[in-house]
Amino acid sequence: MSVPIISFRAALKVFPAAGKRPEVRAVDGVTFDILAGEIFGVIGHSGAGKSTLVRLINALEKPTAGSVIVDGIDLGGLSESKLRPMRAGIGMIFQQFNLLQSRTVAGNVAYPLEVAGWPRARRRKRVAELLEYVGLSDKAKARPRQLSGGQRQRVGIARALAASPRILLADEATSALDPETTRDVLELLKRINRELGVTVVVITHAMSLVRHVCDRVAVMAEGKIAEIGDTYSVFTSPSAEVTKRLVETALSDRPSASMLERLRTQHPGRLITVGVHDNAAPASVSPSAEIFGLLRQYNVDATVIYGTITEIGERPFGSLTIEITSDPGNLSAIDRAVNALAAIAPVADHGAVIAALPTFTGRQLLSGLPAAPAIYTPSGEEPQ
Amino acid sequence: MQNIDWERFGPMLTQAAGETLYMVGIAVVVGGFFGLLIGLGLYLTRPGNLLENRLVYTLLNVAINIVRPLPFLIFVVALGPVTRLVVNRIIGIEAFTFAMCVVAAFASARLVEQNLVSIDPGVVEAARAMGASPWRIVRTVLVREALSPLILGYTFLVVGVVDMSALGGFLGAGGLGDLAIVHGYRQFNWSITYVVVAVIVIGVQLVQMVGNWLSRRIAGR
Ligand SMILES: Nc1ncnc2c1ncn2[C@@H]1O[C@H](COP(=O)(O)OP(=O)(O)OP(=O)(O)O)[C@@H](O)[C@H]1O
Ligand SMILES: [Mg+2]
Repeated sequence: MSVPIISFRAALKVFPAAGKRPEVRAVDGVTFDILAGEIFGVIGHSGAGKSTLVRLINALEKPTAGSVIVDGIDLGGLSESKLRPMRAGIGMIFQQFNLLQSRTVAGNVAYPLEVAGWPRARRRKRVAELLEYVGLSDKAKARPRQLSGGQRQRVGIARALAASPRILLADEATSALDPETTRDVLELLKRINRELGVTVVVITHAMSLVRHVCDRVAVMAEGKIAEIGDTYSVFTSPSAEVTKRLVETALSDRPSASMLERLRTQHPGRLITVGVHDNAAPASVSPSAEIFGLLRQYNVDATVIYGTITEIGERPFGSLTIEITSDPGNLSAIDRAVNALAAIAPVADHGAVIAALPTFTGRQLLSGLPAAPAIYTPSGEEPQ
Repeated sequence: MQNIDWERFGPMLTQAAGETLYMVGIAVVVGGFFGLLIGLGLYLTRPGNLLENRLVYTLLNVAINIVRPLPFLIFVVALGPVTRLVVNRIIGIEAFTFAMCVVAAFASARLVEQNLVSIDPGVVEAARAMGASPWRIVRTVLVREALSPLILGYTFLVVGVVDMSALGGFLGAGGLGDLAIVHGYRQFNWSITYVVVAVIVIGVQLVQMVGNWLSRRIAGR
């Protein structure tokens, strides 16, 4: 699991200036490893260099400097004719599927096998096997244009797997699909990773996709790796500015300043935003159950008024904005409850508008958990 | 309308039709073949494509742009020295057919290039990613994906080549056009002219029908 299968070593890809277009450093000296058997995500904004990065892996682009090592072989040292079998050993799927319109579904899946020189009978058997695997046996004779987007991508996946590659590259493979189809295709990629042990490299600009499928993720910006790590920690404690923005837009679990103001008009009680991480909770207790269990102990009423809890790599993550109220005689319990909560989870306190109470607008109570502070660094969206 | 003396005209018509068939057939096959090569060369050497080569691309482009707009007869004359080199004479059906081949090649080259350009580059990329060699990509992706519109294009080429062949009389190459002019038009025998017209129209129609049918079939629609 922890053996590198793809290594970038100071890999640089420069597209020279042409005409009015200035020189582009699409991949700007990156060094990192992708490990055998993992699902690795590459995320970043448009033009960050993601496609160029993966195209270096199957040598569709040659590095200007530095090296790209796949399966122990430095691609830079290979001639074009030596590169071809290397490419054949790496599957690739595309945003626009890129199927041959002149061939049937079966013909498309057979293509890489023809390239590899398989005899017809073996080809036919393998194609049937692959179509079965992706659930398209009944479409073998159909033309690509007769299929839905999701089906086309499954043909693309079957084709990419035909020559039993150890690596599968997916460049925006679900960007042209609707959410439900996207989920199906992602499940298929996970299944391929799990059952066939294929290392999968997923490129996307959708953070939501990364959090469902990737074991590790690299965030790219302007040709460089801005951040790399296991998906959960990149999500829960992003360090690079670009990652923070990506996470924020992906989750939208915390109310913006203007939303908070609107919520305030209906909810005069104490408002807090509490982070839901699984870091502290024992495995048997869900983090949100732990939060509400604790609030009950202080005899206060809690209402969720905003928030999202989602899964990242099958672990819960998100935040809840809660209004806490109590009997007029028990107001101090609210303070105690909030303090207790801050000890087990990151809490941002938005205060209350009840006249009798001291307000804590903007006061930030940080739990001190190592992974916690990142999402609570004051950002533009926090009340100052 | 005059009567036609079929005793005399029948064999003349058969011979002329044979000559036209010969000229058109060779020009379409040979010219079309070289057109395919030149068109492929043009596409492949285009900036950003598989065999990118600015010099070759520019040369081919210029050559096509010179040959295509020239009036055919003027080109035939200008090609004289080359024609002599290749077929050893500058008049007669071989000389004329050679000139037709050259024009057909350049005309179809552009046609081939345009059809190749409209292929989704993503498909070529996919084939490359699967380890296909450039030659395999040419055969199994480029030509194959563009085949249906290419056949329509070549059908169109036949019409253009028939048009050229009508001027065969100019180099003494004969053919249906020559027959219509010499024995029809110049002798005020409209019947003969219209019989020839009918033969040409029917021939072209047939080619067009076969081309359309083949193209549809290959598209798999
Ligand atoms: N063949 C090329 N020639 C010149 N410049 C290129 C070429 N390919 C990519 N670039 C440039 O390199 C930069 C990175 O491109 P790349 O396609 O890798 O980005 P990306 O992260 O995949 O973007 P997107 O999310 O839009 O697909 C861009 O500025 C792009 O214009
Ligand atoms: Mg891209």
